[in-house]
Amino acid sequence: MEKKATRYGYSEALLEMGAVDQNIVVLDADLSRSTSTELFMKKFPERFFNLGVAEQNLMGVAGGLSLMGKIPFATTYSIFASGRAWEQLRTTVCYSNLNVKIGGSHAGVMTGPDGASHQALEEITLTRVLPNLTVFVPCDYIEAKKATLAAAKIKGPVYIRLGREAIPIITTADTVFEPGRGIVMRPGTDLTIIACGVMVNEALQAAVALQERGISARVVNLHTLKPLDETLIEKCARETGAIVTAEEHEIYGGLGGAISEAIVKSWPVPVEMVGVKDQFGESGQPEELLRHFNLKDTDIVAAAEKVLARKNKKQGI
Amino acid sequence: MDIEQLKTKARKIRYDIIKMIAAAGSGHPGGSLSSADLLTALYFSKLKHRPREPFWADRDRFVLSKGHCAPVLYACLAESGYFPVEKLITLRQLGSCLQGHPSCRGLDGVEVSTGSLGMGLSVAVGMALGARLDNKKTRIYCLMGDGETQEGQIWEAAMSAGHYKLDNLCGIIDSNKLQIDGRVQQIMNIAPVADKWRAFGWNTLEIDGHDFKQILSSYDQAEKTTGQPTMIIANTVKGKGVSFMEDREEWHGKAPSKDLAEKALKELS
Repeated sequence: MEKKATRYGYSEALLEMGAVDQNIVVLDADLSRSTSTELFMKKFPERFFNLGVAEQNLMGVAGGLSLMGKIPFATTYSIFASGRAWEQLRTTVCYSNLNVKIGGSHAGVMTGPDGASHQALEEITLTRVLPNLTVFVPCDYIEAKKATLAAAKIKGPVYIRLGREAIPIITTADTVFEPGRGIVMRPGTDLTIIACGVMVNEALQAAVALQERGISARVVNLHTLKPLDETLIEKCARETGAIVTAEEHEIYGGLGGAISEAIVKSWPVPVEMVGVKDQFGESGQPEELLRHFNLKDTDIVAAAEKVLARKNKKQGI
Repeated sequence: MDIEQLKTKARKIRYDIIKMIAAAGSGHPGGSLSSADLLTALYFSKLKHRPREPFWADRDRFVLSKGHCAPVLYACLAESGYFPVEKLITLRQLGSCLQGHPSCRGLDGVEVSTGSLGMGLSVAVGMALGARLDNKKTRIYCLMGDGETQEGQIWEAAMSAGHYKLDNLCGIIDSNKLQIDGRVQQIMNIAPVADKWRAFGWNTLEIDGHDFKQILSSYDQAEKTTGQPTMIIANTVKGKGVSFMEDREEWHGKAPSKDLAEKALKELS
């Protein structure tokens, strides 16, 4: 399977848009080689601003540019974008509902050897509590590109979670990307695996393994964490009666938390969560870390079996 | 407006400030009063704006980074004609667009929401970069408190404005020497202030922030300066214009009682 990092989907979309829209401007905070915004810098140097190692200022400057009619893409590592500059994101950008787009790269444990300080596991939690903000977690390079193009069309702030590591490309140019609408990647009736980011691929692998055991697992790619596709989530809960969530992120407040909040309001069913559980990351190789933190397809299979046991118990089987 | 007219207008602005804070029962009179002359001069003699066309594309921009001084901004906006002066007494009430700290939701003339200190100058830097990209003559003004410059983000913004040589940007520090807990010098010394801004690449002016001649002249000098941003360090008196509030930190963030409000309003009439 072809692999490519989501951060390149982002930077390639910026290049495309930059060529046709003079209002697209890109900002970085001394990480343009890592985030790959240097592609934009080389092509459109007058519309690229490197703010140095100063992420709070990065966020505010992006806000100011948006107020002058620009569409700024403020880019840095996701932990700095969502953590260090969180209050600037909250009070300057989201409270004012500014047209700022934020690209947070190097999210999750797959950031690898750099270790816990650089592996953002909390951004979904930190961003989805902010009113006015749209939060995208693309599952592959193609979807990251679409999410970035879609972000520019949305009037208001958008956060895009991106990764460093090359991951399998599982969608195609034809896959419809509609902000706020999850995608059913595989039909199924016994349970639904709702995943985002790199875990969509793991979920699809898990569904194949489950199929071999006679279990029909639906797989949903929930690329938008805010606004949440509550209609689809409720539908899955009603139709399959059990849910497994899968994220390369902290489960508390993350995808697992978001799905649970949604279904207790509509159609409560047993939920098992695959994700990082109240832990910081560690140094290591990306694949090795996925295994270490129990974020592999096999972990999703185990969670599926557990959730099915709970579902059947509830039904008195 | 000439200087005599500005003096009269500033008295009215101060009158409005006391009136609305007294009506609200809370708010920040000290810093609103200390910056009243600076903003009166800006709104009534310098800023290119159209109160009846608040989103006029070529307007100058003003960012109130010290958002707790919302009353002085609201008074300037109302007296300029953005909204009726009578609305000022709705300050801090549920449903009012006059939030405790400025919100751009529903109040034309407020360019960006502020209130958490240290954030406004970065926004002003972004505005200045945006104006330059479009070759606009727009000027960007940003008012900060002296205590506010203890925030690290201010210096990130200062560095970037110097780096990009933003001569369309004019910062103003309302240097009233007091912050919530006491004298700035004692709480966390920021001196030497002018040297710091010069070191960050700013054309730095020091003025008496209650002398309209000096205020107007500094705004003009800032406009004439090329190749670097200008910071005007305005020496002011906290609570200026109300005898019992002057240079008293306890008037940073509390409303006067009914009796004291009447006394203050009498002094300002």
